[in-house]
Amino acid sequence: MLAVNFLLLAAALFSIGVYGVIARRNAVMVLMSIELILNAVNLNLVAFAMMTDVVDGQVFALYVIAIAAAEVGVGLAMVLMIYRNRRSIALDELSEMSG
Amino acid sequence: MSAVILAADDVNVALNVGFGIIAAMMIFAAISVVTSKNVVHAALWLVMVLAGMAAQYILAGAEFVAASQVLVYIGAVMVLFLFGIMLTRAQIGREAGLNNKQWALGVPVAVIVFGLLGWVIIDAYGDDVLPETTPTPTVELSDQFLDIYLLPFLAISFILLAAAIGAIVLARKD
Amino acid sequence: MLAADVAELSSGWFLENAWLIALIPMIAFAVIIAVGKHLPMKGSEVGLASMAASLVLSTGAMIQWVQRTNSASEGEEAAGLLQAFGRTLPRATEGEAEPFIEPVVHTWVWWSSGSLEFGIGSLGNGLTILLLWLVAFISLLVQIFSLDYVRGDRRYTHFFAAITLFSGGMLVMLMAPNMIQLILGWEIMGLCSFLLIGHWWEEEANSRAALKAFFTVRVGDVGLLVGTSIIFFGANAWAVDNLDSNGFDIAAIQAWALSGEAGSSFLVPGAIALFIACIGKSGQFPLHTWLPDAMAGPTPVSSLLHSSTMVVAGVFLVAQLYPVFWQAFDIGQGSLTFIAIIGAITIVIAALLAFVQDDIKKVLAYSTVSQLGYMMLGLGTGAWLPAVVHIFTHAFFKCCLFLCAGSVSHSGSHHSFDMKKDMGGLRKKMPITFTAWIVSTLALTGIFPFAGFWSKDEIIDNVGNNGYTVLMWVGLGGAVLTAMYMTRATYLTFFGEPRGAAAGEHHPDEEHAEEHEMEHISVGAPEPEPRSLGAAANAHADDDHGGHDDHHASDGPHESGPLLLIPIVILAFFALFAGLANPTPLASRFGEGIESMKKYVEPRATPVPFEEVIASGPGESIMIIDGRPSASPAAEEGEGEEGAKKSGCGFDAPEPGTACFFPGVSHAEPTFAKILLSLGVVAAGYAVAIAFNVAFYGRRNKHLVGLTERSKVLRGGFLFLKNKYYLDYLYENVIVRAVAHPISKATYWFNQHVIDAAVNDVGIGARKTGTWVYDNIDQKVVDGAVDGSGWIASEAGHGLQPTQSGKVSQYGALLFGAAAVGAIVLVLVNVS
Repeated sequence: MLAVNFLLLAAALFSIGVYGVIARRNAVMVLMSIELILNAVNLNLVAFAMMTDVVDGQVFALYVIAIAAAEVGVGLAMVLMIYRNRRSIALDELSEMSG
Repeated sequence: MSAVILAADDVNVALNVGFGIIAAMMIFAAISVVTSKNVVHAALWLVMVLAGMAAQYILAGAEFVAASQVLVYIGAVMVLFLFGIMLTRAQIGREAGLNNKQWALGVPVAVIVFGLLGWVIIDAYGDDVLPETTPTPTVELSDQFLDIYLLPFLAISFILLAAAIGAIVLARKD
Repeated sequence: MLAADVAELSSGWFLENAWLIALIPMIAFAVIIAVGKHLPMKGSEVGLASMAASLVLSTGAMIQWVQRTNSASEGEEAAGLLQAFGRTLPRATEGEAEPFIEPVVHTWVWWSSGSLEFGIGSLGNGLTILLLWLVAFISLLVQIFSLDYVRGDRRYTHFFAAITLFSGGMLVMLMAPNMIQLILGWEIMGLCSFLLIGHWWEEEANSRAALKAFFTVRVGDVGLLVGTSIIFFGANAWAVDNLDSNGFDIAAIQAWALSGEAGSSFLVPGAIALFIACIGKSGQFPLHTWLPDAMAGPTPVSSLLHSSTMVVAGVFLVAQLYPVFWQAFDIGQGSLTFIAIIGAITIVIAALLAFVQDDIKKVLAYSTVSQLGYMMLGLGTGAWLPAVVHIFTHAFFKCCLFLCAGSVSHSGSHHSFDMKKDMGGLRKKMPITFTAWIVSTLALTGIFPFAGFWSKDEIIDNVGNNGYTVLMWVGLGGAVLTAMYMTRATYLTFFGEPRGAAAGEHHPDEEHAEEHEMEHISVGAPEPEPRSLGAAANAHADDDHGGHDDHHASDGPHESGPLLLIPIVILAFFALFAGLANPTPLASRFGEGIESMKKYVEPRATPVPFEEVIASGPGESIMIIDGRPSASPAAEEGEGEEGAKKSGCGFDAPEPGTACFFPGVSHAEPTFAKILLSLGVVAAGYAVAIAFNVAFYGRRNKHLVGLTERSKVLRGGFLFLKNKYYLDYLYENVIVRAVAHPISKATYWFNQHVIDAAVNDVGIGARKTGTWVYDNIDQKVVDGAVDGSGWIASEAGHGLQPTQSGKVSQYGALLFGAAAVGAIVLVLVNVS
């Protein structure tokens, strides 16, 4: 099959993830969109590994998975803290850091 | 594009069909993630995306990665998400206004990004054909992990440790 | 014609270093000022030593000048001093002219700028050296006199310092080779005159007299500066072209004046201006008013400055620059000249004023003015030599008279100079003073064989000989008046009954105030006097009350001490015999060589070739040239005295290439008839005066006493004289007030309304400009720009503020959007 398949699929997922980051109000939803983005990147990496017949891409993808897991853990912890303090995780209500 | 795919000669039809079905499902599920009005539904749709990802990995010959995807992402990350959802909202079900005020801004941005990326991809790799490959043996992966990429491997372990400790510290009640 | 191998004129160390004569007193002045107070004799020894040194040097210079003159005529052999006496010089017979004796010049560069260069140093010709000797001699005698006279004075040291400085200044002026040094000496003398007249300045009358003297002379000094400038501009071009000199050089000025190329537009104004200076300095009418008031100074000052030396500075100026005046006023042509008229007027008015003075010094002061008038009369009518001889003899007898007056007041009248109040019958108590006084008086009035006869009568003789008959009678009349007022002064002082202090009436110390008052009132009591400087100075306040103590020991008048008498006696000796230096009437019997002054002092009217005149350039040493006369027109046209009188230097322009330095003045042959006339006139004056004095003062003749009270005419005349012709009133109240006050008012108005207004307007204008600039430019433009930039910045910030909303999703949108745009740009750039 053509290489572009995987890559286009990854690009589509990436764009959808971008949309989700911009458009979603709930902090957890934003994190989920970020997961989409990460997965799109992962698919890219694996596809390139397949295209060039090396395994480095897969190794990198595994790293990304690990990092993503860590990031979700910390991120959700932070979301929990925010929820405890503000009773709300709607991002447009959490805009005190404005200029 | 599909005409290009079908017109190609030694093309693996079954691979392509399988890919196409799973890709369509994934995209549908992804769109549902970002447009769902229910957070839990969004989370479940995300599970579907992740599962489709794992299938794509297998199609790409990365079996260990697929297995890790299922284990880590679906098994741990999504569980985390669901716990997070549980702890940060009072009601389960429909809730109004999951989109913020600027959601309309996201559409052109996403479209532009996709268009750009797509155009670049097709321009660069439009005619490349994926080689016939066997699934990657895991031993090759481990060779890389413990040889060239040993340092990132150790760093990853530290990061995971730090993240775990950090999450615990952050989420403590006191 | 003299032999072509005429030797160079001899010179000598004293002539070449004549500048020492002036330098030593100057140094002495500095020494006295610096350390005088600590010396045992309080500085007077330094002054005396310096004067003695100057006298020695000037005597040496005189001897060497005599030798120099002799060496011109007959070579080296004639240079001996004693051999030359009595030997006649070759006169201007046909084909032969007297050689011109070049002055000895020794100068250093004083000023050099561009083409103008003049020096400071000495110029020694006959006139100069004679007067240098005279000043040194008189100064020395006066300083000896002052040792005792000024003893105990509160400013003893400064007195000697000032007197030494004065002598130095006069010597500087006399030996000046150029007008600048002459002016320098002139001004130094004026300064010292001021200092010395106001020696007891604590009494206001004295300081006012000093100021009056200074200002009056200063009015004349304007003429000196103006005249010097005019002469400079006239003479400079000619001097530069012909003599390698400049318009300040005195020798050059002399030559220029007689060169025939001197324009009268320079000569006449310059001469008038210079003569105005002489009028001021030498006390001629109308600037004579300061001289009598100058008697407020100590008597040695009066005897030195205001009788024998300083006041002859003006006469010296005319005599030294005689060619200028000769040409400007056509002196040789027999017409009435400015100088002669002024001189004649001065003789008469001063003599008349001497009749109504009660102060003995004032009588002598007016007598000085009158005698200076004689000198000017002589110079103004072409009698150069008699006038110079009169300077010489007058110095001796006038100084002697003043010193006698000082002796009288010191020892006879208890410091008073009032003849009527405090003198009388002093001839018995002060015989030596009396004798000296009589000798000097006889000399003054011109009695044979005393000194004045040989000089004053020569003036009168020459005046008549040159064609000025009226002026000759004026001179004779002046001689009569001189005899009469001197008789009056002599009678009041030395004859009759002693009055006041002369009678031993002693005013004790406690009554000093009374004495002051009496002195003040005594002069003005019977008749009203206008208030003026003159009247105040009449009151001779506090002549020398400093040295009071030693007089109380001896009561009554007595003869003075030796330090006072020795100078008097010496001067009286000279008053007796000085005239024999130039006894013209005896020349017909003893030969012309006996006229020493004519031989040695009077310059020769001989043209000198240019190339032999090394002009007195600064830095160059002696002007020794060949005194060889050229074939002068005077020699060729010489047909004896008559013809030579009207041609030659002073009458014709000299031949091209030669310069004349002195005009050909004529000399009268004295005849027995003329001598008898003048002596007879004077004798008649004496007779009348003696008779009148005895009758008026002695026997108080009823018809004579109180005459002025009874006769209105006589009273008016008496008042006119007493008020000095109201000249002081004119000067003070009319001229000064009318000129000074309006001018000062006008300048004050100008200052307030024009200058201050301009300044204020500038200030107001500046303030208004500043306000406008502030309001318009600063507030609107500059502040507007500044505010505008701030507004722009704040508006830009406000405009950009929404991007910092704090909303993560917005940040994300911006991030991805920017990245997308950047990527597009990148792609486009790379693809295209």
